[in-house]
Amino acid sequence: MKKITVAIAGNPNSGKTTVFNALTGMRHHVGNYPGVTVEKKEGACKHEDYEITFVDLPGTYSLTAYSIEEIVARNFIVDEHPDVVVDIVDSSNLERNLYLAVQLMEMNVPLVLAFNMSDLAKSKGMSFDIEQLSQLLEAAIVPMTANKKEGINELLQAVVKTAEAPKKQRTHTIQYGKEIEEELEKIQNTLDSEHDLVTKYGSRWLALKLLEHDKEIWEKGHNKEVLHAVKNSTEHLKIVFDDDPQIMIADRRYGFISGACQESVKHTVETRHDWSDKIDTVMINRVLGIPIFVILMYLLFQLTFFLGQWPMEWMERFFGWLSVNVAALWPAGSESALKSLIVDGIIGGVGGVIVFLPNILLLFLAIAFLEDSGYMARAAFIMDRIMHKIGLHGKSFMPMLIGLGCSVPAIMATRILENRRNRLTTIMIIPLVSCGARLPIYMLIIPAFFANTVLLKFGFLKITMHAFMLWIIYMIGILLAIICARILRSTVFQGETTPFVMELPPYRMPTLKGVVIHMWDRGWMYLKKAGTIILAISIILWAAASYPKVDPKNLEGLSESQIQTEKLRNSIIGGIGHAIEPIIKPIGFDYKIGTALIGALAAKEVFVAQLGIVYSLGESEGTSKALRKKLKADYSPLQGFCIMLFCLISAPCMATIAMTKRETGSWGWAIFQLLGLTTLAYVVTFFAYRIGLLMSV
Amino acid sequence: MADLIGLNKVKPGQTATVVSIKGRSSINKRIADMGVIPGTAIKVNRVAPLGDPIEIIIRGYHLSLRKKEAANIIVELDVK
Repeated sequence: MKKITVAIAGNPNSGKTTVFNALTGMRHHVGNYPGVTVEKKEGACKHEDYEITFVDLPGTYSLTAYSIEEIVARNFIVDEHPDVVVDIVDSSNLERNLYLAVQLMEMNVPLVLAFNMSDLAKSKGMSFDIEQLSQLLEAAIVPMTANKKEGINELLQAVVKTAEAPKKQRTHTIQYGKEIEEELEKIQNTLDSEHDLVTKYGSRWLALKLLEHDKEIWEKGHNKEVLHAVKNSTEHLKIVFDDDPQIMIADRRYGFISGACQESVKHTVETRHDWSDKIDTVMINRVLGIPIFVILMYLLFQLTFFLGQWPMEWMERFFGWLSVNVAALWPAGSESALKSLIVDGIIGGVGGVIVFLPNILLLFLAIAFLEDSGYMARAAFIMDRIMHKIGLHGKSFMPMLIGLGCSVPAIMATRILENRRNRLTTIMIIPLVSCGARLPIYMLIIPAFFANTVLLKFGFLKITMHAFMLWIIYMIGILLAIICARILRSTVFQGETTPFVMELPPYRMPTLKGVVIHMWDRGWMYLKKAGTIILAISIILWAAASYPKVDPKNLEGLSESQIQTEKLRNSIIGGIGHAIEPIIKPIGFDYKIGTALIGALAAKEVFVAQLGIVYSLGESEGTSKALRKKLKADYSPLQGFCIMLFCLISAPCMATIAMTKRETGSWGWAIFQLLGLTTLAYVVTFFAYRIGLLMSV
Repeated sequence: MADLIGLNKVKPGQTATVVSIKGRSSINKRIADMGVIPGTAIKVNRVAPLGDPIEIIIRGYHLSLRKKEAANIIVELDVK
């Protein structure tokens, strides 16, 4: 069995992920490129006598040093020497997609071009002379329609054939015209002194990148002689062209592509029915665009809340059943520590978090749908004006939207922002966008204190109190995020904003498989969190809530509920909860909430599990219903609201803080985020509670 | 020869041809990589609901950019 490594390159929106999924199925592994935090997906498949490993490179338009993604893609090709590079090309948008292919050609890699979306190209009236194009670009070309699984086998065959073919130097190089070629030669001549770099990159490529003022290549530590030559050439070319040489280089590349396409691409019918554009006349209409956007966001929550309630009930019943049956393994009234650990600590804690999995999956499903359909880019387009006003980029909106699911991938997604200040600001405010893990808290609290009355009704569409309250909480988070961004951008992260140059890809029907894989990857992350960090925290919290034990003599003559209260008051956690009570009393919280908040510091959803343990639930009645009843007896609706408010704003979970540290490269920013948000939470909740009391809500 | 104007001044529905790109070089590079280079035909398709950014059609695809960046792209309006 022979092994082949294949790198998959391609523009964003070229269907790269669909091709990768079609090639590798569910058998893929998500990790990170070493040293940087760009997601690396790897998968394998067998074809004939070959075991082929596919590495999904980040989606890029070019291979300059414009973003981390481009550098990562480029370095993978240079350092790892994949046997074949497959460039996924959206053949219905050929010219711009070939721009990346041309740069891959210049890197002299064994190249296969997958002309994806060929059905779309056909319907646009395009036809290709594959043979001729293949000769011009010196690469195998495979027409395919990945979302219909057409051409996958042909692609694998081309990959094997290319891997087996003897490696040869390309005969066609892109000619940059007399003036640029002369300067390239001059630079190349000086490069003899940089032997190592030349062996690694090749002198023509190196000279080209230097002339393009590629930041990464520029900083490789060049000789004075080289830098001098580049400077002279740049200045000379500026005078000749009255434009930056880098623009002329892009110009020549596009010129080469136009030449190749002119000979081998035919537009047989001049069809002008651009469906995507028709949809956009409504979706990003000047009048309708914003209302549609707001409604879509609202539907996102209604869907999560409404469809999620049934599976959630089933899971609650399952965990209730499980704890009753596990408890029955011990004789009735047993004081076994192991029974208490399993039933109260593990089933109560982890189960209480897992029941929210349906909601989280639904939320990720909706987000995956928005992302894959192309609406996410429209959202950035609509929101850029506002985002720009608060000193951010329309693209910042995407990570913030993902933040609705989980702050951790959202912070990772800020990598699409090229400007560091923009990125740091976005990272700092992301936790204010209420994440999926906080949803369990709201879903516990809202039904406990507010009746689900119908507020408004339009036919079968109705707005209920529960959904409305949830919407209010999310809106407060977003509003605070805006205010904080504004403040941060004019103080700590002062400076110019990045340009907004973004493709609006055609709308596409997301494939079921793509959306499911996306949802599963995120859902799995949540489950892993439940299985590891939350399990560990549940056990620690159970121990802290159960020890030290109260002397049985002191419990004589007390009722069952008094015993529980007494036990909790005596425990470690009760001690901490009591200790911070004076601090949290002004915002309407008592030691029980304080105790649960300590759990929420570790992971937001632990708040719910923790409250369950604080109230000694979990044995036979371990459902949210019983907990809600107890909460309603202990607190006012205003306090309930304040709990949600504090959980929304206060210190993000440990995973978020760890991610902030990783993505900003400093503990300083992580601690800044932790302390800043907790202080903000305290201040906001304080005023909310005090004003609420005055208005006697 | 018609007047040269910034792309930001082109009204939705109008078409124009790129003449040159002015301004900071890192943005220029990005814009050029996306296919906005001298000689290319551009159609301004629409303006975002809040008045900025704008959407253009170039090389058969849709690209959005802010008016501020568009101002650096010098174009010549096509004569009807």
